[in-house]
Order: sequence, then structure tokens, then C-alpha cells
Amino acid sequence: MTMIFGIPLQAFMGQLLIGLINGSFYALLSLGLAVIFGLLRVINFAHGAQYMLGAFVAMLMLQYFGINYWFALLLAPIVVGLFGAVIERLLLSRLYKLDHLYGLLFTFGLALTIEGTFRYLYGSSGQPYAPPPALTGATNLGFMFLPNYRGWVVVVSLIACIGTWLLIEKTKLGAYLRAATENPTLVQAFGVNVPMLLTLTYALGAGLAAFAGVLAAPVYQVSPLMGSNIIIVVFAVVVVGGMGSIMGAIVTGYMLGIAEGLTKVFYPEASNIVIFVIMAIVLLIRPAGLFGRDA
Amino acid sequence: MSHVAHSSTTNTARTERSATASKAYAAFLGIGLVLLVVAPMFFYPIFLMKLLCFALFACAFNLLLGYTGLLSFGHATFFGGAAYFTAHVVKEWGVTPEIGILIGVAGAALLGLIMGFFAIRRQGIYFAMITLALSQMFFFFCLQAGFTHGEDGIQSVPRGHLFGFIDLADTTSMYYFVLGVFLIGMIVIWRFINSPFGMILKSIRENEQRAVSLGYSVARYKLGAFVMSAALSGLAGGTKALVFQFATLTDVGWQMSGEVILMTLLGGIGTLIGPVFGAGLVVTLQNYLATSQFPVTIITGVVFMVCVLLFRRGIIGEFYASRLGRKLGFEHRR
Repeated sequence: MTMIFGIPLQAFMGQLLIGLINGSFYALLSLGLAVIFGLLRVINFAHGAQYMLGAFVAMLMLQYFGINYWFALLLAPIVVGLFGAVIERLLLSRLYKLDHLYGLLFTFGLALTIEGTFRYLYGSSGQPYAPPPALTGATNLGFMFLPNYRGWVVVVSLIACIGTWLLIEKTKLGAYLRAATENPTLVQAFGVNVPMLLTLTYALGAGLAAFAGVLAAPVYQVSPLMGSNIIIVVFAVVVVGGMGSIMGAIVTGYMLGIAEGLTKVFYPEASNIVIFVIMAIVLLIRPAGLFGRDA
Repeated sequence: MSHVAHSSTTNTARTERSATASKAYAAFLGIGLVLLVVAPMFFYPIFLMKLLCFALFACAFNLLLGYTGLLSFGHATFFGGAAYFTAHVVKEWGVTPEIGILIGVAGAALLGLIMGFFAIRRQGIYFAMITLALSQMFFFFCLQAGFTHGEDGIQSVPRGHLFGFIDLADTTSMYYFVLGVFLIGMIVIWRFINSPFGMILKSIRENEQRAVSLGYSVARYKLGAFVMSAALSGLAGGTKALVFQFATLTDVGWQMSGEVILMTLLGGIGTLIGPVFGAGLVVTLQNYLATSQFPVTIITGVVFMVCVLLFRRGIIGEFYASRLGRKLGFEHRR
């Protein structure tokens, strides 16, 4: 059997894949956080809850309306994005004038409410969501078996990340967004509807979280707690990457996911704290974060 | 602050008003103390002790948020960590309760030093996220470390004999012991925020750049406040471990960090006594809902949102800002 660093290649590649999958979700979620923070200056604590909502919406659509995975992947982000837009327009927008910490506290309350409601309705245990038939089974790559669905997650989340990056860096809408980040008053004076832009941004962020949630549903189980479990890790990712750059958030997400996967191979006991340890080291060496501009 | 007096007349008026305020404060304090002394005759003592522990915890947290302007999302580490330390040394080493609590306080202060060292490198929202992440790391540590007994926690911790001769298994003695700890903690907090050190902290809260330009080593003051707040949270946590005679993972989880923020927000950020009322409300609410099927998290979440949207001064802050409060000479901020 081929060995790498004294570990069977098979096990090594398996954990690397798991790390890559986790990294995909970290990247998608920290990307959404960075997009929202860039314009709204709000740390969206409800991001985990919106990720969970995406998975639940997909599962419930299947149960009650028989809507399959592919449509759910499209519809669930829209549903959650609309929900986000309503929350932003009615409630969150009242807090922009205040200290940023109030936005964090408000979305924390929102996260608790959503999570509590789903725990009340569906219990704490996870429910399975089957991957679509087209993506079941596995492909033999020669050195390992790659479950098709997992390969799909890596590819599609990479596409979503790059798509969002292109949207923000290369389109006219993205140019408005970036301009509004720099100077909202001036952009408004040019006739751009900035409040609408803020609502759209929050909806986009929430939608991205829900998209990650639908992708995650067949990999992990659909559980009310899935959001709060991941969001704290994503916060650490965001601290490491710094929220100044979209690409930084994506790259850091994948890097830390892989680092976590590799730790599972070499020192499993530390695998659930390794990201926090990396965060602490980065804080010592580069307090502003790897890609950060503002301290 | 916007309350700078511009002429000598307003200055005199202000001194007179703050004189009535301190009289009113003294009166409230006296009434409060009498109520606390007689309370065990009317209420379930364990409930009261729980309330006092959380009230002290919230006041310790407020030392950081209200008086230094730092929002920590990781205070469960100090509360729950001290609970583990105290429970462990009292049960396994057989030390007396007061030594056990002191070891808990020392442990919490050490954890505060470590967490603070990393967290003060960033400001605002990043500070909150770093403390949250580090406290989650401590949660995983407690989940895996041997002495915490993982999911089971440390069970049936003996309350022991205070100073070796006062039996704390007696509920009445235990209540007055907890009340004593609470009062000592409150006096320390009061003394701390009115010391020169506390004044500098307030100046950092109001304008950090200016404090830097005046030559203060802001980082050192922030770290000092962080350790102080952690140690006092540990005082509350260690005492709670003796009251309930166990220490579990619940006390180190992020939900606990959220709860203490809610207590402070609800009672009034930056008021000395507000968090006591906030803690009272939250603990009472939890007690009522404990028997029903309805999950506390939903209520907690909704109260959080309502507080942030409509009620940012909190109960005591609103009272200070009300017509009666101003007539009595209280000042309000924010």
C-alpha cells in the first residue's frame, strides 16, 4: 500500500477530501459574511441559522411538495433570501446609525429565535436528506474512491465562490456595491438607491448561506443545530482572513478546511480546535488577518 | 460625554442634583440590602442563590462592556471554567469552600489573561468574534479533558465547611455565604470603576485615540479590565458550582456567553445595578419556563431583538432617563 508521511494514502486522501468539503462550506459562508459586512458593517450572526434554514427548506419542499434536489438548490436560496430581505428592510435597517455591535447582537437574537423555533418543531436530532440519484455512487480515481456527491459539492461551491467574486468585481452592480462600501452618501447623490442595494446585499448573503445549506443537507444531516455548530468556526475563518477582501475569505475558507482535514489524519484529538489555534497564531503574527486591511 | 457643564450655575445645579441622586441611591441600596437579607423567608433559597450568582456574573461582564466598551462573546469560559476548577479542588483535593472559590477565581483570571492577550489585538466586532472562537476552543477542551468528566460533568460536589467550621450543607448558612460573596464582588466592582484605573477605562470607551495620545498604554488597561472582569466572573461561577454542587458543560457553552450579554443589555449597559435586574428577570423567566415544553431560546432571542431595537438603555438606563429618574438627579448615557 502506498504510504505518505507514514499514513496510508487512502486515509490521507479521504481526510483531505473531507477537509476540502468542509472548506467549501467555510468558504461559501465566510464569503457571505464578508459581502454583508463590506456594505452593511454588520456581522451577520444569523448566517448559521440561514444556512440551516436552507437545508430545512430543501427537506420540507421534498417532503410536502415533492420538489427535488435540483429545484431546491435554486428555490431554497430564493426563499431564504426573501426572508432575509424582509428582516433587513423591517428591522436590521434601523440599526445602521448605531454602534456595529448592535447589529451583531440583533442578528444573534435572530439566530436564537430561528434555531429555537426549529428545535421546538423538529427536535434536536438530525434527519437524513438523500443525495439526488444522478450523483449517488462513487468514481474510482485510481488511488481512491471519490463519492460523486462530494466531488459535486467541491466543484459547485468553487463555481459559486468565483461567480460571486466576478459579480462583485466585474459587473456594474458590483461596482455600485463597492462604491457604496467606500462612500454611501456620494453614491446616493449619484442617484443610486443605496437602501435597496443594502437590502439586496443582505438577501444575497442570506441566499448564499442557504445555498451552502442545501449543498450540505446530503453530506451532514439536516438538524436545527447545524448552523450554530459551523458559524463559530466561520467566525474564526473570518478573523484569520480579514474581511477586507472577497477572494481572501474564499482562499482562507478552503485553506482552513484542508488544515482541519489534515489534522484529523495526524492528530485527531486536536481536529476540532485546530482552526482556533491557527486563528490565535495569526493574531500574534499578523493581527489584521492574512488579507485584512482594517484592524 | 455630552454632559459637560458650561457655566458655574449649571455646575452648582448639577452638584445639588447628584447629591439627591446619591441620597436616592443610598435609600435604594438600603432597601435592597434589607430585601436580600429577609428574602429567604419568602422565596426558595436555591433560586435566590442562583439569582445572586448570575447577577454578579452579569455585573462582572458589564465591567467590560459597560465601562470599557469591549463586547466579549466568551465570558462563559470564565464562569464555567471557575465552576470546574472550584468543583474539582473541593471534591478531589478536599479544600475548604473559600479556598476552592479562590482557586476558581485565580484560574478564571489566568484564562482571562490568556484570552485577553489575544483578543485585545483587534477591536470592535473582531474582538467579539475572537473571544467567541477562543471560548469555543475552551469548550472543546472541557469536553475532552479528564478532570471535567466530559458530558457527565463533575457531580455531587460537597459544599464543605466554611473556614472549617460553618456547615454550608445548611441552606440558610449557604444563602448568607452567597450573599456575602455577592456583596464583596459588588463592592470590588464599585471600587474598581470609581478608581483612577476605572476612569481611564471610561476614557478609552469614549475616545480610544485620545486616550492613546494622552500617553496611556491602552492595551495594558484593556487587558487589566479583561482580567478583572474574568476574575469576578470566576467568583460567580465558583460560587454557583458550590450552590448546585455540580459543574457541567452548560456553563462553558456559547449560549451562556449570550445569556450574560442579554442580562446586561436588559438591565442597562454601563449602569452599576442594571445587570442585577437583568439577571433577575432572565433567571425568573427561565424558572417559569423550565417546567413547560416551550423552549427558552425562542423567548431569549425575541427579547434580544426587542431590546436592541427599542430598549437599548435597558431597564435601569430607561429609569435614569425617565422624568422621575432625572428629577432624582440620575444621569443617563447613550
